[in-house]
Amino acid sequence: MRTVRVSIIGFGAVGQGVANVLIDKKKYLEDIGLEFKVVAIADSRTAVIDPDGVDLVSVVNRKKTEGTVGDDKLTGLEIIETIDHEVVVETTPTNIVTGGAGLHNMLMAFKKGRDLVTSNKGPLAMKYGELIEAADASGSKFRFEATVGGAMPVLNLARDVLAGNTITNVEGIFNGTCNYILTRMMEEQAPYEQMLAEAQELGYAETDPTYDVEGIDTACKLVILANCVFGMNATHEDVTVTGITKITPEALMLAQNDGYVIKLIGEVNDSRINVAPKLVPIDHPLAVGGSLNVASVQTDLAGPITVTGRGAGSVETASAILSDMISIYRE
Amino acid sequence: MRVSMDIELKDIPGQLLLALRPVSEFKGNLISVVHHHEKRTPRGTIPVQVVFETKPDKLNDIIASLEESDISIVRIDEKRYFEHGAVILIGHIVHTDIQDTIDSIDNTGYAEIVDLNLSMPKINMPSSASLKIDAVSKEHLAQAIDILKDIAKKKDLLVIEPIKSELGAI
Ligand SMILES: NC(=O)c1ccc[n+]([C@@H]2O[C@H](COP(=O)([O-])OP(=O)(O)OC[C@H]3O[C@@H](n4cnc5c(N)ncnc54)[C@H](OP(=O)(O)O)[C@@H]3O)[C@@H](O)[C@H]2O)c1
Repeated sequence: MRTVRVSIIGFGAVGQGVANVLIDKKKYLEDIGLEFKVVAIADSRTAVIDPDGVDLVSVVNRKKTEGTVGDDKLTGLEIIETIDHEVVVETTPTNIVTGGAGLHNMLMAFKKGRDLVTSNKGPLAMKYGELIEAADASGSKFRFEATVGGAMPVLNLARDVLAGNTITNVEGIFNGTCNYILTRMMEEQAPYEQMLAEAQELGYAETDPTYDVEGIDTACKLVILANCVFGMNATHEDVTVTGITKITPEALMLAQNDGYVIKLIGEVNDSRINVAPKLVPIDHPLAVGGSLNVASVQTDLAGPITVTGRGAGSVETASAILSDMISIYRE
Repeated sequence: MRVSMDIELKDIPGQLLLALRPVSEFKGNLISVVHHHEKRTPRGTIPVQVVFETKPDKLNDIIASLEESDISIVRIDEKRYFEHGAVILIGHIVHTDIQDTIDSIDNTGYAEIVDLNLSMPKINMPSSASLKIDAVSKEHLAQAIDILKDIAKKKDLLVIEPIKSELGAI
């Protein structure tokens, strides 16, 4: 049995999702010879630390009832710096202006030679090259599947499963909020504002939806794809972006009459990184509805490969994080 | 009449010139030549698609002349457009001179707007339009859409084009 000590930095939807899947998959992990022992958890104000492994069930309950994970005052950054462990699970909020706490957390983890798995795309969309360099310099493993498609595997698909293929193009839907709004606008023949309000009410869209509906979230994911799969050194400023706020229900109807749906499509290839609403034939694999994500990877040997799945959600995103953790430590 | 012809050329210098000469010789007007270097046939020849305008009574002369030069004609079609595409426009489409937008595509000679549906919800609200474009080849269709995007930028219109795999430009 290999014991791997873990810290979870950021204990919101995704951080708690990771705790829950570690509880649920304990037996499965033992069967493949792995024990992930969480030795520290931090949220924005508190921490809980136990070198023998914190009791995940009680921390999840405490976070739910009291809003904090513990009584310790160590910050996430201090945990990464001072507590002995192998892998940091970084799930603090995304910040694409400064990189936020996530950027410092990641650099500290690499400085201390720890491996890191994250769902936080901010630092990666801003400082990809610097982070990869820091990880390489210390021999740290760095995995971030969850940053691009949530539960939908894209990076590992392109990098591992399709190894040997040259990837020439990736296009897809990388934002569930936009997909939800456009799908509903078409179903109800209703204006954008109305369906945005509905999405906000149902928790599919944030109070300030700019980041999603203006295509910025998709742009950040494309930057990570471009860097990781196409070996570029792009930042989100290299992406041409058009959002969905100008789409009219009439446009959706006209498109439908011609056999198309309108989707916010992200596209990466050697020559460009672009986010824009596009016409997708109704029977095309990219024409998925609801809040689903989808990606079509164009390869030289295998042709087009399309995957679809949930781009967000607590346990769904945790699934991508768990699979990254397993892939680092499994023999 | 417009004629589209798929021919196959041997991979030796001077073949393309040899193939195009009969068109001008018989007062035809060449519209486009698409050379498919990458799609070499098993016979080692290179497929070329030629589109030209000619008087109907001259077509047989052109064909005969090509055969004389030992150029193999794979297919002749009088229909000019083989690629069909659609785009959606959103914005103040009518106010920004829709005719000018259409003309800029029709004037290319290789693409044409063949259908237009306009939906105007309320006065002063952005309207939406669907345009159908026919073009002589996939490459020309992509070019026509690029022209449309340029014009739309100047006129502050949003262009929604088909996804890349649909345009076949991968
Ligand atoms: N939710 C999804 O479905 C999803 C999918 C893919 C990727 N992601 C990404 O995953 C990350 C986490 O998302 P989420 O939905 O879990 O966000 P969330 O619910 O807002 O949780 C963020 C957590 O980070 C904590 N935090 C904030 N600043 C911190 C700091 N300086 N040090 C330590 N902890 C700090 C917060 O503490 P408090 O609890 O004290 O506020 C909270 O526990 C984000 O980067 C997001 O973009 C999310």
